[in-house]
Amino acid sequence: MSGYIARRIWQMIPTMIGVVLLVFLLFNTVGGDPAYVLAGKISNQEQIDNIRRQLGVDQPYYVQLWIFVKQILTADFGASWSTNEKVSQILTSRLGPSLTVLVPLTILDTLISIGLALAVAYVRGSLTDRMVMVVCTVGLSISILVYIIVFQYFFAYKLGWFPVQGWGDSFTENLFRYSTLPILIGLVVSIAPSLRLYRTFVLDEINQDYVRTARAKGVSENRIMWIHVLRNASIPIITNLMAALPGLLLGSFLIERFFSIPGIGREVILAVERSDFPVIKAITVYVAFATIATNLLADLTYKAVDPRVQLK
Amino acid sequence: MPHDLPLKSPAQTLSPREIPHTVSPGLWTLAWRRLKSDYVGMVSLAIVGVFLVMMLLSATGLIAHDWSREVGTNYAPPSFIGADVEGGTPAAPAAPAEAPPPASEYRSQIVDPIGDVIAELKGEKVPAPASAVPGAAPGAEEKSVDPLADVMADIKAGKGVTANAAPAEERRATLPFGGDKWGRDVLKKTIKGSETSIFVGIMSAFVATFLGTVFGALAGYYGKWVDDFFNWFYSVFSSIPYLLLVLAVAAVLQQKGMLTIILILGLTGWTGVFRLIRAEYLKHKAREYVQAADAIGASNVRRMFVHIFPNISHVVLVQLSILTVGFIKAEVILSFLGFGVPVDVVSWGSMLNEAQNELILGKWWQLVAATIAMATLVTAFSLFTDALRDALDPKLKGRRGH
Repeated sequence: MSGYIARRIWQMIPTMIGVVLLVFLLFNTVGGDPAYVLAGKISNQEQIDNIRRQLGVDQPYYVQLWIFVKQILTADFGASWSTNEKVSQILTSRLGPSLTVLVPLTILDTLISIGLALAVAYVRGSLTDRMVMVVCTVGLSISILVYIIVFQYFFAYKLGWFPVQGWGDSFTENLFRYSTLPILIGLVVSIAPSLRLYRTFVLDEINQDYVRTARAKGVSENRIMWIHVLRNASIPIITNLMAALPGLLLGSFLIERFFSIPGIGREVILAVERSDFPVIKAITVYVAFATIATNLLADLTYKAVDPRVQLK
Repeated sequence: MPHDLPLKSPAQTLSPREIPHTVSPGLWTLAWRRLKSDYVGMVSLAIVGVFLVMMLLSATGLIAHDWSREVGTNYAPPSFIGADVEGGTPAAPAAPAEAPPPASEYRSQIVDPIGDVIAELKGEKVPAPASAVPGAAPGAEEKSVDPLADVMADIKAGKGVTANAAPAEERRATLPFGGDKWGRDVLKKTIKGSETSIFVGIMSAFVATFLGTVFGALAGYYGKWVDDFFNWFYSVFSSIPYLLLVLAVAAVLQQKGMLTIILILGLTGWTGVFRLIRAEYLKHKAREYVQAADAIGASNVRRMFVHIFPNISHVVLVQLSILTVGFIKAEVILSFLGFGVPVDVVSWGSMLNEAQNELILGKWWQLVAATIAMATLVTAFSLFTDALRDALDPKLKGRRGH
């Protein structure tokens, strides 16, 4: 087991190097000279030269790459180009609000989707099943933008049940006052795809022999679904959930933008709007590293849930 | 073959060339047959076809070429409401209620139910505004304005194409599906926006599928270090969450344009195709027909793309249509955020961006128009993709949702 983990961590290194190279190429060669972006429209050559020296872009590429690697290893990307806030400070302070919305959203989405998937798969082929699938397909085809615009307008602006946007200082206020509507919208958007996927996972299990055996020996239907089937269906569900986790951090960027939640996703959009390269670079690299790490974690969880899995 | 054939005509058994042989239908014939028997699939195909024809007509300038003309008054309401819904307060709650189920027909069926609801709303809640009285204002009533308007449009088009904004007295009080902030026809705008969004979706899907197929073919066919290299490339690209990668590329490429967004989406979206195509090539390269091709001296490239590719082209086709749906959605989000199409190009995303502020003013029609158009196309396209997959790979039937 520990040998496996060690080998997997060893195998991560090329991928991480690849991510660093990709981000470096993207921002230091494809994007042109960052000094012009930073200096803005009105600038003279002297200023530009000055900025180039500060950023180190007048150096050869291998020196620039080394600077970038050092920045990643020390988690010191310097200051944001537009707000002068330290990038590390931005990252740590934006993580909290993102998680305040995301953790409850993910938990609720998973629980509700699993429950519905079991129920719908149990009555597979029936009118209910088909109707739910049709609603899911149609619901999926409407852009997330429309859900946010309409829900925000209707529930917050028109009916006044929730604040239109904002963010407070205390955790409970944020969670129960400002995050409620964002979480609700997130659920509406995320349940349809999760349900469709989880339903197929449950359907894969529901016709297996062990289900028939359980039924034959008189196990109650509830126990069959919630214990026998769910345990087996949870293997792909967990893998799926884990793989989606880092993406979720950004997936909610639209919600964060509309509701002015100071999270990572909103920060990315702001940074792209302002061409704030250090912030985008830092977020891209660290989120990629987090993805690589969760992939390993997913495999380990996989093993924990299903002892039959042989990790090679 | 009937079993009594040899008894009847022994000559045929002697000369095998004369045996009437039936050509067994190929994969595509069989798939088309299965698709034709799939009712949902055919209806969705028809709807997708309507959108594609609309896109072509709009691209060639046959329809909606004058979408940027300011033909109506600012925020001209839809004709079926009438001209004079002041402030829009009675109409506004209808917007969220109308957002769900888009019917299969694009224009005629959508308009009617809203009209009914609005009529009800007006009848119950609004104490008879000017529009409820027929003939109160010349142009307020739906039926009377339409024939006149066509003539008017013809006159205007003939008089001067140069003037973008029609003179104030020529501006219409209502438009078929309302007008936007500058009085442009929302219906025409939606058609033009569909052109942009569908074009970007299809083109970037082609780019991504092409890259994924070529990479996957090389990796799966050659194996060894080629495979290792492309797998490394794949794991690098797939470890950065898709939207983050798209936004990072958008940040770097400063100039905006259709080509830029097609490249952004295409260059970042090939990973899923790669994984599937690589697996197919791994499976196929050891098969006998490939060995046979090798034996007759077919080159590697020929074996890869002339012999193997037709056998996996159904996977490519399904991926192409899955990606198209995904990219249409992504384009809408990017254009909404302002990282997509340029300002002078209209797309569903930029329409939704305008609609966001309009909704607060109670002008819901642009939101509804863009939403219905997009939801109809995406639903039809997704259902068609499902049907296509079932038709091409019947073993998968009943496992929809993957």
